[in-house]
Amino acid sequence: MDRITHNESLRRRETELQALFLAGLDGNQASYRNFLSQLSIHLRGFLRTRLQRQPGEIEDLLQEVLLAVHNARQSYRADQPLTAWVFAIARYKLTDFFRSRSRHDGRNDSLDDADELFAEPHLEPAQASRDLEKLLVQLPDRQRLPIVHVKLEGLSVMETAKMTGLSESAVKIGVHRGLKALAALIRGTR
Amino acid sequence: MKTDDLVSLLANGVEPVDRQALSKRFGVAVLIGLLGATALVLATFGARPDLLQVAVTPIFWAKLALPLLLMLGALSTVTRLARPGMRAGVRGGALITIAVAAVWAGALYVLAVAEPDTRVAIVLGKTWRVCAINITALSIPGFIAVFWALRGLAPTRLRLTGACGGLLASAMATLAYCLHCPEMGVPFWGAWYLLGMLLPTLIGAWLGPRWLRW
Repeated sequence: MDRITHNESLRRRETELQALFLAGLDGNQASYRNFLSQLSIHLRGFLRTRLQRQPGEIEDLLQEVLLAVHNARQSYRADQPLTAWVFAIARYKLTDFFRSRSRHDGRNDSLDDADELFAEPHLEPAQASRDLEKLLVQLPDRQRLPIVHVKLEGLSVMETAKMTGLSESAVKIGVHRGLKALAALIRGTR
Repeated sequence: MKTDDLVSLLANGVEPVDRQALSKRFGVAVLIGLLGATALVLATFGARPDLLQVAVTPIFWAKLALPLLLMLGALSTVTRLARPGMRAGVRGGALITIAVAAVWAGALYVLAVAEPDTRVAIVLGKTWRVCAINITALSIPGFIAVFWALRGLAPTRLRLTGACGGLLASAMATLAYCLHCPEMGVPFWGAWYLLGMLLPTLIGAWLGPRWLRW
């Protein structure tokens, strides 16, 4: 592909994804879902080239990065490139993954080029070997119930509060802390 | 769980994010660090009796400038490191370098013009045995508050972030310690104040990879 056209398409992608992400930060559910779907396609392609020797780990790591992006979203500054922000998160998780696997095989991947993040989209999901729903069960009720009702069943915060007897702010905090605790559980399973 | 299901889970009922979250967290941490250290200084060591007299002298403000510059430098660096994909930036590093270079230049000058047999006494002052330990102890409230602030964000360079967090906490502690500390010799600050801030910085570098993982 012509280099200039290629760069332009990367820049356009950055602008599109950033607009969706920023709308998501304002609480727009449809935009945020759209952002995460598109991001997972790009991340899958990115991780495939990084994990050629561990193809079975791609989908697990992809899910871990998506959860990390979600949990870190208040650290994003609107004037910074979204690509650099997502790339830093993906690299952090990938480095963490390689460190925990370094006893099994040593490998030297260069992780320096943020442009590669959006360069090779890959649509086709593989099967994740780690089941997040099984990890979810391990969370305490005050975190698990808000996640199950609000996030899995799609109930409102108010309905969930009524159903569980928690206050509305306790439901929101439960979702927030529960997703962070889920990320910690994932780290523990590696 | 399939990745599409995870995407739905994350998007469902997504709450708006507070764009000022980082400033608020560090605002709270700086407040706790400064007030906590000040309260500890007043409660355990007491203010120096001549505080009102020295408060009008330029040398007292020069003394405060050292921890103040280090605090601003550490704050600027650590708030950038708390965001993935942001470089540490030159401003914070420049402030820290200027503060250390200035105090060492002043210390060398004072020692150069002093009588040779008084130089050791100038560096040691009267309180060299306790200074670094006192500053380290006073850093504890700020240290906990700064690490709390960082744990709600997403630093990716954990050791460097931890070190900057430790420096921020200890610079706030040193600022408060100036209310008590009677030492007015620049060489003393250049040795013992810096050592007192170096210890929490090293502790931060050690704890960063342990406490800040996410």
